[in-house]
Amino acid sequence: MPEMPEHHDEGSAIASTGAGGATDLAMSEAETLEKVPGGPDGTGPDKKARSLWSDAWHDLRRNPVFIISGLIILFLVVIAIWPQLIASGNPLDCDLSKAQEGSQPGHPFGFNGQGCDVYTRTVYGARASIQVGVLATLGVTLLGSVLGGLAGFYGGAWDGFLSRITDIFFAIPVVLGGLVLLSVVSNNSVWPVIGFMVLLGWPQISRIARGSVITAKQNDYVQAARALGASNSRMLLRHITPNAVAPVIVVATIALGTYISLEATLSFLGVGLKPPTVSWGIDISSASQYIRNAPHMLLWPAGALAVTVLAFIMLGDAVRDALDPKLR
Amino acid sequence: MADLSKNDEAVAAANEEALVAAIDAPVERGEPILQVRGLKKHFPLTQGILFKKQVGAVKAVDGVSFDLYQGETLGIVGESGCGKSTVAKLLMNLERATAGEVFYKGQDITKLSGRALKAVRRNIQMVFQDPYTSLNPRMTVGDIIGEPFDIHPEVAPKGDRRRKVQELLDVVGLNPEYINRYPHQFSGGQRQRIGIARGLALNPEIIICDEPVSALDVSVQAQVINLMEKLQDEFNLSYLFIAHDLSIVRHISDRVGVMYLGKMAEIGTDSEIYEHPTHPYTQALLSAVPVPDPEARAHRERIILTGDVPSPANPPSGCSFRTRCWKAQEKCAQEVPLLAVPSVFKGQDTPAAHFSACHFAEEKQVVPAH
Repeated sequence: MPEMPEHHDEGSAIASTGAGGATDLAMSEAETLEKVPGGPDGTGPDKKARSLWSDAWHDLRRNPVFIISGLIILFLVVIAIWPQLIASGNPLDCDLSKAQEGSQPGHPFGFNGQGCDVYTRTVYGARASIQVGVLATLGVTLLGSVLGGLAGFYGGAWDGFLSRITDIFFAIPVVLGGLVLLSVVSNNSVWPVIGFMVLLGWPQISRIARGSVITAKQNDYVQAARALGASNSRMLLRHITPNAVAPVIVVATIALGTYISLEATLSFLGVGLKPPTVSWGIDISSASQYIRNAPHMLLWPAGALAVTVLAFIMLGDAVRDALDPKLR
Repeated sequence: MADLSKNDEAVAAANEEALVAAIDAPVERGEPILQVRGLKKHFPLTQGILFKKQVGAVKAVDGVSFDLYQGETLGIVGESGCGKSTVAKLLMNLERATAGEVFYKGQDITKLSGRALKAVRRNIQMVFQDPYTSLNPRMTVGDIIGEPFDIHPEVAPKGDRRRKVQELLDVVGLNPEYINRYPHQFSGGQRQRIGIARGLALNPEIIICDEPVSALDVSVQAQVINLMEKLQDEFNLSYLFIAHDLSIVRHISDRVGVMYLGKMAEIGTDSEIYEHPTHPYTQALLSAVPVPDPEARAHRERIILTGDVPSPANPPSGCSFRTRCWKAQEKCAQEVPLLAVPSVFKGQDTPAAHFSACHFAEEKQVVPAH
């Protein structure tokens, strides 16, 4: 490719001929275009065409926040699937004589009120807690952003109908709704709890998705795409979604922690997960009464919960930043 | 029955085929390429939360007619809210017209859909006002300018697109190596060049420019305007150039239309409008143009209009300008003046004999001769 000149001021020759004398168009005509800063990675032009997604991935791979949070999440997922990898004991193997005892050789986290090993229970508790947190967040985000996004994009009667439905769901108190709905379910697995959270959680994401889609839709670039003859699906996927996804990511990652602790609340009330299921929520709520005598019982599962939530929030943050070219 | 409906489908497909062929046919220079007839857009005003009831309409565009000839630039001027941008959106089919027709090469395009509409969109493109919102911040320049090729794959084969995008960048005066950059890495003028490159990608015949330079600095305005003039010659484009800056419109336009409150007040060639305006609104507008020469400035008359622009939801009867016009009489409140050569100038060979929607049209020198 031939070398291109940096500046193009073809205007200077033509401008003064027909400016009409009314405004001095020719003034400072020779002003050159300023040089734009280097490419996204600072290495200057390269030969390969890039897109938002490839640039985002290029960024993420070099972002320590993404690497750390990704490793934590990977670790959590691995121990949720194979807890026996790092915990040899049985979480239901308890000895009442050791109730509330502190750290001992072989039992680094001590024992809980029933004399069960806190370390083993914390490791085994990851499965139920992460299942509830991740699946409820995924369900809420998918359902909420699809319904809210379509309502925002198409507007009209569907939007009005959906907005009234979300109003109704917002009026249902979470704990009372949980007591009523979950007490009639006898299935002792995580699925009723996840289903309940999706049912009550989607209106929040739906509102946010609807709002950000309406904001994005009003931009001229969406009109420009329509003027080019773009289909609705192209406008939604290429123009609106990338520009509306950031608030949804932020709220969804924060909500993940809320769902894990909501599971604990529901378990405490006796309608969430029931023993012998092991979960951080159950352990946190049962330990909270002994916080003064045996704080270790609360701190270990609560710490695990905090690290999990933090890892997901950091991941969401890193992804959101990577999708915003202005931050590069 | 089944045969019949199949037949109908075949007829519809053949009609669409013929329509697309007509849309793709070339037009001689100087022939009308776009004919707008009685175009109207009324936005409904509704009341009530659950049961919406229409209580009125904002008459944003209320019966506009004009022709755009192949290869020319038609400027549309008027103050904010007079319906200029709505006309642009109607021509682009971004809004559906309430009434009236837009004939592109003899085909009414206001009711098209599907393949025929896509063919029209390939030939009529738009440059937007605000270069900061008209480019998707999350797409690279290459993706933005290449998007027209994704939507109309027949224009450029897949392997050829990157080269085409780089050619377009070069045509609008940007470095072709900027292909992987994002819009925020460019200045306002450069962004507007990217917007122009996107408009040019499909090799259209008409470009509708909705205030393409009003968001730019004066010096950059000149660069962009000159670029647009250069491209017009190079690609044989017809421009509909909407602006509120009278000097820029004069600089670029062959003909000029003046809009007021959703209607066309006066339309004619560049010199007819600027040197021989006959409509009082045009005269008032022109008298507000800054004059750089202090001597000439001292001698000219400023026409100061009183009052505000009436609400387009409730326009005055008769002539819409009569509430602010110093010449208004009883007749103006009763009869809507037609956009035609005024009867006083009919048959005369004078530059004042052009279309003007005024009952009492007369010439008045407002811009000092130069």
